[in-house]
Amino acid sequence: MMDRTKYLYLAGTVVLAAAPAVLNTYWVDVLNNVGMYAILGLSLNLIVGHAGLFNLGHAAFYAIGAYTAAILNSHFHIPVLWLLPLSALTAGLFALMIARPIIHLRGDYLCIVTIGVGEIVRIALINNVFGITGGANGIFGIDRPQIFGWVIRRPQEFYYLIWLFLMVTVFLLQRLENSRFGRALNYLREDETAAEGSGIHTAHYKLMAFVIGAAWAGMVGNIFAAKMTIISPESFSFWESVLMFTLVILGGSGSIPGVLLGALLIIGLPELFRGFANARMAIFGVAMVAMMIFRTGGILPARPRTYRLPQPAAAVEAKP
Amino acid sequence: MEQFFQQLTNGLAVGGIYALIALGYTMVYGVLKLINFAHGDLFTIGAYLGLTLLTSLSLTDRLGPFWGVVALAAMAMGLVALVGALLERVAYRPLRESPRLSAVVSALGASIFLSNAVMLMYGARFHVYPQDLLPKITLDLFGLQLPLVRVLILAASLVMMTALYLFIQKTRIGTAIRAAAIDQGAARLMGIDVDRVILLVFLIGPALGGVAGVMVGIYYGQINFTMGWTYGLKAFTAAILGGIGNIPGAMVGGLLLGVIEAMGAAYISIAWKDAIAFCILIAILIVRPTGLLGERVAEKV
Repeated sequence: MMDRTKYLYLAGTVVLAAAPAVLNTYWVDVLNNVGMYAILGLSLNLIVGHAGLFNLGHAAFYAIGAYTAAILNSHFHIPVLWLLPLSALTAGLFALMIARPIIHLRGDYLCIVTIGVGEIVRIALINNVFGITGGANGIFGIDRPQIFGWVIRRPQEFYYLIWLFLMVTVFLLQRLENSRFGRALNYLREDETAAEGSGIHTAHYKLMAFVIGAAWAGMVGNIFAAKMTIISPESFSFWESVLMFTLVILGGSGSIPGVLLGALLIIGLPELFRGFANARMAIFGVAMVAMMIFRTGGILPARPRTYRLPQPAAAVEAKP
Repeated sequence: MEQFFQQLTNGLAVGGIYALIALGYTMVYGVLKLINFAHGDLFTIGAYLGLTLLTSLSLTDRLGPFWGVVALAAMAMGLVALVGALLERVAYRPLRESPRLSAVVSALGASIFLSNAVMLMYGARFHVYPQDLLPKITLDLFGLQLPLVRVLILAASLVMMTALYLFIQKTRIGTAIRAAAIDQGAARLMGIDVDRVILLVFLIGPALGGVAGVMVGIYYGQINFTMGWTYGLKAFTAAILGGIGNIPGAMVGGLLLGVIEAMGAAYISIAWKDAIAFCILIAILIVRPTGLLGERVAEKV
């Protein structure tokens, strides 16, 4: 059993690693987008899926990470990838600042506040807040990322950067899911009252999940800025937040494979339907409704977790 | 003084429109505890249907400007109400027992579908309402100029809000709606057909939203398929400002938001106009989550 999943992972890795060699540049770029949205989805999944907080303003944190990288890089010429932790820090701090007073609000209120925050951030960026965001035109001339002096430029090169980042994300999140922190989140999502009764500080864990998710989105923002070399407020519209939210819910909130599949479907599939151009979004909307009606938990819903207590050896032997 | 007066009346007119849309949100939220994200798009549909009716039936030529516009508004209300009922049947009823997150996603999907359906049918460009719809009369109030359109829009929204308030407070059906909003299970036990109440809410709310769409068309002269999103969000803010689930709250919240926004745009900065509404929203939710008139308590955990 264990072996089969191991082979599956190995096969998946080989296919992914070989993909840029087979596909043309356009499709590699589509896969790059899939990868980035997968990471964004996973970071949002921590907030929506694990902590159960409706966040429809995730693009705000993504934007802050991107702008942090863009501003510091274009003004002080600090290499973009060095700014990864800083992007995470600013996005995380911002999330902490806004989430602290509202974390206790019930689901849909939080949802509407996050929408509001997303819009405020976008409007602030357009209005050239503090005179550093470049207004509606945004910031251009961001440097390409470098790894040991090797400049990442072509989509094929970005592909490896992004998917490596995605793999690291999946690995860390899987560890997190089974940690004390992850178990606490799982508990409070299943039954908040009971969790609180068992001594879990629910507000603290929710806030932590929110901040970590936001910080992670900030790092994706950094990579986005490096990939595009131009960023403008348009890239961080409400629509982006909806896309991230939808891919989490459609794929299966709380489940890592689900979110990955969601990213593939939501970002990848529309590319196949480019022919329909205009009708694409309408079809997308219908699909969202249909999906919720016929498969409420998403395509690959999170499986209930089973934990085995370590049994004392004597008890095992005593079994008939 | 002049500017203040103009901004005040303008804010009240826009606030009346916000209030009409906010009523749809607040009524649906009251009964179903669902943020009907597609409500803003019903408003857009109202604006577009109004335009189509206007150009195809030439109502104002036959009935004169005043009754023509009234007939137009009534027809738009009826049609959008049907769309609203259909939306409830297709996108929300199957999800009534599901987790709330699913219903929210379904609402988002419906919103995306509706706005894009409008785009497919009418095209992505701005559409223009005929400018000679209502006679361009300016009232003179102690030396202050007041366009007639502004007065009519505010008056019409106040009339509709009063009618709705009386309907909810004084009639049997209105009582049933209030009962279903307080406790659906208990209402059912008292012999109230909750399904019908929900259907009714999805007829009244969209009807008011639809007529608000026509008003925006007349007031601003141009409409676009994405406008439902902005207006919807503002109106939802208004509903929260007044206390969601609370019908008079939505009215007060709408008017207040309209005035605050107009003043903010005039005296603070027009570029930040859209952000003002959201800042208020966040401040309200932090300081007073129940809204100004709200009885419903945002769960504190």
